[in-house]
Amino acid sequence: MTLRTVEMGLATPGLDREGRPTRLPLGVGEASPGYAEDFGAEHMLVNLGPQHPATHGVLRLVLELEGEVVKRCIPHVGYLHSGFEKLGEYRHYNQIIPLTDRTDYLSPMANNVCLAMAVEKLMGIECTERCQVLRVIACELSRIISHLVWLGTTGIDLGAYTPFLWSFQERERVYNLQEMWTGARLTTSLTRVGGLMADIPDGFEEGLREFTRTFPDTLREVDTIFTRNAIWIGRTQGVGVLTAEEATNYSLSGPMLRASGVDYDVRKDRPYLGYQTYDFDVPVGEHGDIYDRYRVRLEEMFQSNRILEQALDRLARLRGAPINVDDPRVILPPKSRAMSDMEAMIYHFKQVMEGVKPPAGEAYLGIENPKGELGYYLVSDGTAKPVRWRIRPPSFINLASLPKMCEGALLSDVIAINASVDIVMGEVDR
Amino acid sequence: MNGTALSPSIPALRAEFGAAVERHLVSCGDSIVYVSRERSHDVLAWLRDTASERFDYLTDITAVEYRDPERPLEVVYQLRSLPRKADLRVKVALDQAGPLEVRSVWDLWRGADWLEREVYDMFGVTFPGHPDLRRILMWETYSEGYPLRKAFPLRGHFSRAEQTRQALAGNPEAHYSLEELSIADAFHELPAEMRERLQRGERGYLR
Repeated sequence: MTLRTVEMGLATPGLDREGRPTRLPLGVGEASPGYAEDFGAEHMLVNLGPQHPATHGVLRLVLELEGEVVKRCIPHVGYLHSGFEKLGEYRHYNQIIPLTDRTDYLSPMANNVCLAMAVEKLMGIECTERCQVLRVIACELSRIISHLVWLGTTGIDLGAYTPFLWSFQERERVYNLQEMWTGARLTTSLTRVGGLMADIPDGFEEGLREFTRTFPDTLREVDTIFTRNAIWIGRTQGVGVLTAEEATNYSLSGPMLRASGVDYDVRKDRPYLGYQTYDFDVPVGEHGDIYDRYRVRLEEMFQSNRILEQALDRLARLRGAPINVDDPRVILPPKSRAMSDMEAMIYHFKQVMEGVKPPAGEAYLGIENPKGELGYYLVSDGTAKPVRWRIRPPSFINLASLPKMCEGALLSDVIAINASVDIVMGEVDR
Repeated sequence: MNGTALSPSIPALRAEFGAAVERHLVSCGDSIVYVSRERSHDVLAWLRDTASERFDYLTDITAVEYRDPERPLEVVYQLRSLPRKADLRVKVALDQAGPLEVRSVWDLWRGADWLEREVYDMFGVTFPGHPDLRRILMWETYSEGYPLRKAFPLRGHFSRAEQTRQALAGNPEAHYSLEELSIADAFHELPAEMRERLQRGERGYLR
């Protein structure tokens, strides 16, 4: 590909004598003499980002091009580094929850759930049944809104604007529910160690029921406009391919791994929150290209909707059940008791002043986040602040395979491949 | 979730590697095994390639430094076997007095590429055998040290004024590495004065 044989023979379009606009065909002509010497033989350096809408955040790619073919892709990350892991070492466990909102800010509720579960694993606490169902709802709503952002922005990257509007309209409905429940649209801080910040408010169940009833219609519309669309297929099939062996070797997770044909989903393989009792399927691709990643994510949204419906049925049975564990080490006593009962007051004081204190030990807990496996690895020395809080960031690890996928791809495919990874820079850089 | 029992991989490791397997424990249901720094690559390769183990998936690499300065720094490998649905945590303890150095597992798992770079960036542990061990989250010329070390203060070593001064004094055009600038001979197209500064290794430093 050192010589481009197709040259745009387009001159400025004008009007002919009758005043009609003239249309010049895209000419297939001889490459002008000297073309190869000017452009073809030499490698070109192209800088993409960090301020570029198609890099989905502050990602910077330095590309070495030969003609239009990418020879090498060197990603630069870290522009959004906030030192969350370091900050976590200076905070009580419940104070870390607001930090998790800000890592993968497209699915804050799922991050909150993961942190609470990691601390609960450290302390050997099992949360209540109603809490588990509510956490499942939080995780699946997060999956839906995260995948909707992916769908919309990837569509825009490949030239389809309308599905972006549809998906953001649906996302807005989930955000309204999220706001109703937590009081915040983005920084939810939903969970606490041993339970939740709040139970769902009146009207939430009806709102969610209505959402699950109508949401699949939108997905089917997206399916109609994308799945058999010639442009979409042309831009995505066979692009950015990773085989199953490569995907495993690159430690990919989530839809990226499953699109390559590896049947691994934390919800099925190491069930948490009672996922083994829900009836849902895990879509697995076979070609490992962008198209399969799209199919996997689209189907995951249908499956999340199924899980939400089942969770709502369970909620109806658990009306009035407690959302917090009955454990004074982690849950504050009711205010009335704290003011009248000496023991309750001591627990209240200790928790507010000292924080939750897990025993010395360490725990790794991974959950299936929308982007892949999110893992929190906590090391405790028995004090109220962790010695180490490690985030296993799925988008960071998935993004590390970008140079491999971009090798030999066209420059325009880099945008599509990068979009298919589904990164969120808040999590990549932490 | 996970059983509380010890992973059967640990007795198998002891039988295979003997004294290179230093100790093991179970914490919160997770099996943890400490291996010696010299044999860590052999142990991890064995765990990946042995038919009865098949830890084909590297979930994570990270490091831990304890608040007690006497305790060694630990490099932590989270392994998983996708076919067997089993987990194992392998740790390498690095004495603070000795070199903070572990052989890279990049040749076993490509996923280790960025993970090892991050451990290097945050803790200063080096990984001989890694093809491109550079800082990843902090910039290349970052000179305050390794942020996740316990001796590193939360607000950094430099004062806010000094950090601002350095940020403002950096060369905005010097964000390419020399290697990147050598692509397409871009380096030779730069003004002579900038070429000279880059060759001196001055990239984002004070003027």
